[in-house]
Amino acid sequence: MASEKDLNLEATELRLGLPGTSDESAKNQMSATPRSNKRALPEESMSSNATASKNCDQETTPHTKAQVVGWPPIRSYRKNNLQPKKSEAEPSGIYVKVSMDGAPYLRKIDLKVFKGYTELLKALEDMFKFKAGEYSEREGYNGSEFVPTYEDKYGDWMLVGDVPWEMFTNSCKKLRIMKGSEARGLGCVV
Amino acid sequence: MFWGSRKTINMNYFPDEVLEHVFDFITSHKDRNSVSLVCKSWYKIEKYSRQRVFLGNCYSISPERLIARFPGLKSLTLKGKPHFADFNLVPDDWGGFLYPWIKAMGKSRIGLEELKLKRMVVSDESLELLSKSFPNFKSLVLVSCEGFTTDGLAAIAANCRFLRELDLQENEVEDHRGHWLSCFPESCTSLVSLNFACLKGEINLASLERLVTRSPNLKSLRLNRAVPFDTLQRLLIRAPQLVDLGTGSYVNDPSSEAYKKFKAAIQSCNSIRSLSGFLEVAPRCMSAIYPICENLTFLNLSYAAGLQSNELTKLIQHCRKLQRLWILDCIGDKGLGVVASACKELQELRVFPSDPFDAGNAAVTEEGLVLVSAGCPKLNSLLYFCQRMTNAALITVAKNCTNFIRFRLCILDPIKPDPVTNQPLDEGFGAIVRSCKGLKRLSLSGLLTDQVFYYIGMYAKKLEMLSIAFAGDSDKGMLYVLNGCKKLRKLEIRDCPFGDAALLEDMGKYETMRSLWMSTCEVTLGACKMLAKKMPNLNIEIINENEQTESNLDDNQKVDKMYLYRTLVGHREDAPEFVWLL
Repeated sequence: MASEKDLNLEATELRLGLPGTSDESAKNQMSATPRSNKRALPEESMSSNATASKNCDQETTPHTKAQVVGWPPIRSYRKNNLQPKKSEAEPSGIYVKVSMDGAPYLRKIDLKVFKGYTELLKALEDMFKFKAGEYSEREGYNGSEFVPTYEDKYGDWMLVGDVPWEMFTNSCKKLRIMKGSEARGLGCVV
Repeated sequence: MFWGSRKTINMNYFPDEVLEHVFDFITSHKDRNSVSLVCKSWYKIEKYSRQRVFLGNCYSISPERLIARFPGLKSLTLKGKPHFADFNLVPDDWGGFLYPWIKAMGKSRIGLEELKLKRMVVSDESLELLSKSFPNFKSLVLVSCEGFTTDGLAAIAANCRFLRELDLQENEVEDHRGHWLSCFPESCTSLVSLNFACLKGEINLASLERLVTRSPNLKSLRLNRAVPFDTLQRLLIRAPQLVDLGTGSYVNDPSSEAYKKFKAAIQSCNSIRSLSGFLEVAPRCMSAIYPICENLTFLNLSYAAGLQSNELTKLIQHCRKLQRLWILDCIGDKGLGVVASACKELQELRVFPSDPFDAGNAAVTEEGLVLVSAGCPKLNSLLYFCQRMTNAALITVAKNCTNFIRFRLCILDPIKPDPVTNQPLDEGFGAIVRSCKGLKRLSLSGLLTDQVFYYIGMYAKKLEMLSIAFAGDSDKGMLYVLNGCKKLRKLEIRDCPFGDAALLEDMGKYETMRSLWMSTCEVTLGACKMLAKKMPNLNIEIINENEQTESNLDDNQKVDKMYLYRTLVGHREDAPEFVWLL
C-alpha cells in the first residue's frame, strides 16, 4: 500500500471521468459503500456504469451513481418476487406510441425518462412543435390548439395530467395529441 | 402449607412432581431460565421438564451440549445467519447449517416434534434425516432459509406420519416440479397448516385437492402462484373452516362461471381472519372478497403489485376489525388516510416499497404516517418505507402513539435530511424514544448525527435491537448507545464512522448481548484482535471477501465486516475460508 503512494500511480491511473475531476468523487462512483466521516453517499440509480462526463465541476455527488449494496433493507426474496412486470420494464423503459392529429407518422417515447408531467409535455411540445398551454384541474388545457390525451389500460381516453404521475406511467398505453376543437368533450375550453 | 414457626414457605418440602406441575405454567423462556438458577433441585427439575428451547444464535452452543442440558427437548427454534444477511451483506456459505443439529438429535433419544428455523442453510439431506429420525415430528417452520429443493419437502411429506404443520415463509427453494405434494400418503389426515406460497414451480392440483379434502383440521392454507383461480374456488368448498388463507394466482374474468362459484364458496368461509397472497391479481375480481373483509384481523397485500391505490382503499374500507396490515406504498398518503379512518383496531402496519430503487417515486411520505398515527391509537409496530420524513411529523407521531414496541423507518435515500428544515432527523427520533417507553426494536434512517444516539442512550431503556446505517459523526454516538441501553441484545451497524475507541471501551458489554455486527465502519483489525484476546467467551468473525490472505493484512487496516457474538463453545468448526475467526 505504501509503495503505491511513492510511485504516484495516480497520475497514470485509468479511470472514468474528465481530467481534473476530484479523486474523491471518482472513488465515490466506483465504490458501493462510502467510508469517510462526511458520508459522501452515492445515490441509487438504474445505471451501473458511472460516468462523470456531464458534471465535471463536482464537489458534490456525480451525475450517475452506483447502487448501494444492501440498500434499501429489503429481503432478497421480496425484491426478487415483487415486480416481475417492472423488472422487464427497467432495462427497456416504458415506450408508448405518440400520434398527433394531422401528422403523417407516429413517434415513440420512453415515459421512464421523465420525472413528471412538466418534462413530458415539454418533450412532446419539442417533438411535434406545438404548445399545450397551462393545465388546470378544472379546465384542462385552457386556450390551446392541441391537447395531450392518452389511452389507459381499460381502453378509455383520458386527459394527460389528471392522475398522479406514477399512476399515469403505469396505465398509459398510448398518447394522442388531439386537436383542441375535438377535445371539447374532455372538459377543455378552446 | 407449612406455616407454624416459619415465616416463609419452604418449597423443598414439595415432591418433584408438584414442582414440575407448577413449572408447567411457566412458559416464557426468560422465566424458565430464571427458574433454573434458583437452586440445584429447581435446576434439575426444570432441566428435565423443559420442552421448548429458543436459540437466537445457533453458534452460541453446540448440539451435543443442548441435548445434554435439556434431554426432554421437543420443540426447538434456531436462528442462523445475522440479520443483515437478508440484505446480501453476508456471503452465501457463511454458515448456519442445520445438518449437525439433526444428526446429533437423531442419534440421541430426543423426541423432536417441532422445529422452527430462521436464516439457516437447510439441505435436502438434513430434511430427509429429520423425516426419518423423529417418529412424532409434527411441525416444520422455515423462514428465510435456503439450500433445499422440493425433494427435501417430498421426504417430509412422505415420512412424517403425524405432520400437522409445514410452513414455508420466503425461502429460496429450488423447484424440482410438483410431485412432492403427492408424497403425502392417503393416511395423512392430520394437517392443520400448509404454506407453500414461496415455491415457484407447478403443483399437482389434483393431489392438492385430495389432500385438502382429507384434512378436516386444516386451518391455514397458503398457495403459490401456480395454483389457479379455479382450484382456489374448489379448495374453498372443501375447506370452509379455514382461518388463514393465502391465494395463489387471483386472476379471472368477473363474468365467468368460476368467478360466480368462487363468490358463493367464499360466503361460507366465515372463519377466515387472515388473508394474503394475490401474487397475481386482477383488480376487478377483488370485490368477491368484500364479504369476508369485516372479520379480517390480518391482511397482507404486500405482494399484490397489480392493485392500485383506489382498489386497495375500497377493499380496506371493509376491514373494520383489522389489527395487522402489510401493504405496498402505492396505497399512497391518501390511501393511508383511509386506513386511519377505517381500521381503528390497527396495531401493526408495514408499508413496503413497490419500486425499491427509485427513491423519487415512493408514493408515501411523512403525511401518510401522521394520518395513521392520528387515527389508530393502538398502533404498536411499524415498518415504513418512504420517500421522506420530517422531524415535525415524527414528533406528532410520538405524541399520538406512545405504545410503539417496534419502530422501523426506512427513508429510501438513506442520508436524507428533513426536507422542510434541512436539519438532521435527530429530534424526530428523539421524540419517539422519549415518548415510547416500551420500545424494544428501532431502525433508523435519514440524516442523523451523534445527537440521536445521545437520545437513544438516554431514553430507550427497554431497547433490545437497534439497526443503524449511514449515521453518526464519531465514536461518541456508538458509546451513548452501549452505555445507555441496558437491555440491548442485538446491535447492527453499517457505514458509520464508529471505530476502535467505541468498540473497545466496554468489552464486557458484549457478553450481555447476543451479537454485534459492524460493516464498513472505522474498526481496525488490531482492535478486533485485542477484543478476541481479552474476551474468550466471544467469537469475533471477520468476513473478508477480498483475495488478501490473513498475513497480508496489517493491524491498522480497517475491517470490512465484523460479526461478534457470545458463545459457550468457542470457535465454530464449519467456517468457510473467507471467515477469519480471531
